[in-house]
Amino acid sequence: MTALAPSASEAVRTVDLAWRHLARQRRLYSLLGFGGLALALVWSLIFADESNAGHFMERLPHLFDFLSWLIPHDWMDVPRALFDLPTPADNGTQEFNFPEGRVDLGAGFYLPEYFYLMLITINVAMVSTIVGFTGGLALCFLAARNMMPSFLVRSVVRRIMEVLRAFPEIVIAGLFAAVLSIGPVAAIIAVGLHTIGALGKLYFEVIENIDMKPDEGLKAVGANWIERVRFGALPQVMPNFVSYAMLRLEINVRASTIIGAVGGGGIGEELKLSISRGFGAKTIALIILLLTTIIIVDQISAYVRRKLVGDAAFLIHG
Amino acid sequence: MTDMTLTLEQRYPAVFKQSALKRFAPLFGLIAVVLYLLYAIWFFALPTVISQGKWDRLGDYMQQWIAYDVNAEYRLDGPTIVGKYPRFSVLGKDPHPDWLIPREGGYSIELGGAGQSVTFTQTAATLTNAGASVDLDLTGPEVRVLTQDPPSWFVVKSGEAVADMGFVGDVRVSTDRVKFRKRAFGWPNFLFDINSPFFGKSPGEVTSLIVSGPDLVADTPNYALAWDNIWFNAQWQHGDVWTKLLQTIVMAFAGTLIGAMVSFPLAFFAARNITPNKPVNQVIKRLFDFFRSVDMLIWALFFTRAFGPGPLAGIGAIALTETGTLGKLYSEGLENIDDKQREGIASTGAGVITTQRYGVLPQVLPVMISQTLYQWESNTRSASIIGAVGAGGIGLKLWESMRTNSNWSNVFYMVLLILAVVFIFDNISNALRTRLIGKAQH
Repeated sequence: MTALAPSASEAVRTVDLAWRHLARQRRLYSLLGFGGLALALVWSLIFADESNAGHFMERLPHLFDFLSWLIPHDWMDVPRALFDLPTPADNGTQEFNFPEGRVDLGAGFYLPEYFYLMLITINVAMVSTIVGFTGGLALCFLAARNMMPSFLVRSVVRRIMEVLRAFPEIVIAGLFAAVLSIGPVAAIIAVGLHTIGALGKLYFEVIENIDMKPDEGLKAVGANWIERVRFGALPQVMPNFVSYAMLRLEINVRASTIIGAVGGGGIGEELKLSISRGFGAKTIALIILLLTTIIIVDQISAYVRRKLVGDAAFLIHG
Repeated sequence: MTDMTLTLEQRYPAVFKQSALKRFAPLFGLIAVVLYLLYAIWFFALPTVISQGKWDRLGDYMQQWIAYDVNAEYRLDGPTIVGKYPRFSVLGKDPHPDWLIPREGGYSIELGGAGQSVTFTQTAATLTNAGASVDLDLTGPEVRVLTQDPPSWFVVKSGEAVADMGFVGDVRVSTDRVKFRKRAFGWPNFLFDINSPFFGKSPGEVTSLIVSGPDLVADTPNYALAWDNIWFNAQWQHGDVWTKLLQTIVMAFAGTLIGAMVSFPLAFFAARNITPNKPVNQVIKRLFDFFRSVDMLIWALFFTRAFGPGPLAGIGAIALTETGTLGKLYSEGLENIDDKQREGIASTGAGVITTQRYGVLPQVLPVMISQTLYQWESNTRSASIIGAVGAGGIGLKLWESMRTNSNWSNVFYMVLLILAVVFIFDNISNALRTRLIGKAQH
């Protein structure tokens, strides 16, 4: 920082002094902030390292060991695993029993096992998104300040949404797995309930930002609450609602894979087994399938969202 | 009125005469969704799954979230009646609960007050529930029901008289024993388990012991003993639960921060206005896409294999996924800046770093921090889930408690803790974001 010219007046000197003081203070706060963050990170890493089964420094040289089992001896085994074709490496173990698990479609056709598992996961994601969309749509008008004048109803509905959103999905999945036996239906209930809460929150925020003039017009001609919602609010918010539902579908494909891995069936469970047992070709086939599916779903969803609401769909929403 | 409509119709024919496809698009969409749902119902065999579901378990387990059971057996075939409580009964080694009332030659057990109880001696028993009583004769080889037309809550199954008293539990009587399950609201032994010297003492007694009582265990102050007993409570495992909860918080924090630190410099190379080099932009952007799409689950499974189960695996998984997500968000933010400020700084002869620091950062930093806080908030939730696949934290503990189907009150305890953590972190992140970018933008 350069010094002031000696000719500067008293007032300029005062301003300069105050500015220097402020700048020093800001620098101090920034330093304290960064220092605190760095300390917290270092402590976090030490804590995590101590409570981990294997320690970072011991395991680091072996970090890429998994490549040795992951890389298949014969790269053609990957498409064989993907399409359930027999392999010359078949030695009767589970690592190479590709043709087992074919889903017979009749007339000599079959659906490869992994595609079937992927289909389960996709269906879980889609059904739970539809459940969430319907539930969110039903609840959101009761939670929006401009459509629901009653404070009591609004806060009750909002609390319900909050609990649905924050309640850990695995607990709901675990509870329903005990009732319905382990399988995709428990996963649908878990992901669906969470989606109701998540979409409901986004939806009532959209409703609170609508143009109220159509609603006033409807009120003026004596429309009841349902009619005001249907003809005043819904046409304005529907593109946004569908756009958020598509965004949620992307998230739900990932969520139902994870719930699958902890016992909800589908491709997540198979992937977890395959990685924990170290089946190279099978793991790569599963990852390729999962990655392709996620990318395709993301692309379709992005396309639909861009069509519906333009680039506004890609802003982050809290 | 009619004229008005006509003129409107003439003026905007496109609004009134849309193509059939456009007019019925919502209807077609609805039909497609309904058809898909019908297919899904068939695909998941929903009617079969729902009808075969053990729905009575749902209510039972949900009651167990906030209630506990006492199971015990009273043997009638010895010289005197002997009560047998299981080894880990919540009542401790020598229970004398006030609902167990000694009678002449026997006992009364009041499951839900005097109206829902069983009174028995070695030769006879009386079951009372819902305003009716059933008398049993236990002298013969089989239980004999003395009451005519017993009520619907009472059945005799394979030589055993069973009284289902609803929420408060049930009683099973045969000629040689009385077995009962008593359910009551509450979380028993939440602070001190049955092996603690403080077990069964009232809060007042515990306080006075801690403040001024004689040492219960030699050479250990009472407050240290009490803390130790709470922390290592065998039934509720407070120490383990809170450590695992801290692991989950640490996973989300460290994972998000590392992801942010890695993606921050990379984002400058990915933004096409800052690094005018197409191949470099594309390579880094595709790298971000890859990290994001491979998904937290897959990274978690790999890191669990590499580092063993624990929070390190979780940190690694969150950090890699976040590198992708935050990298994408950061680079999009950088591409939308106003270039004039950057040009202004550059035109004064500033170096590359200085230009970014004073020409770019002031524009994007608040938004970047806000996005990072949002991801941190959402990762606190994800961390509790990926824990269940072995990535450490409370998720794994939650999953283990649920798998045994017996520890639902512990599960609910952990759920409440997770809800509290999510709620607190949501509010912290919301408050910080509001201060950074104002209320309107998030």
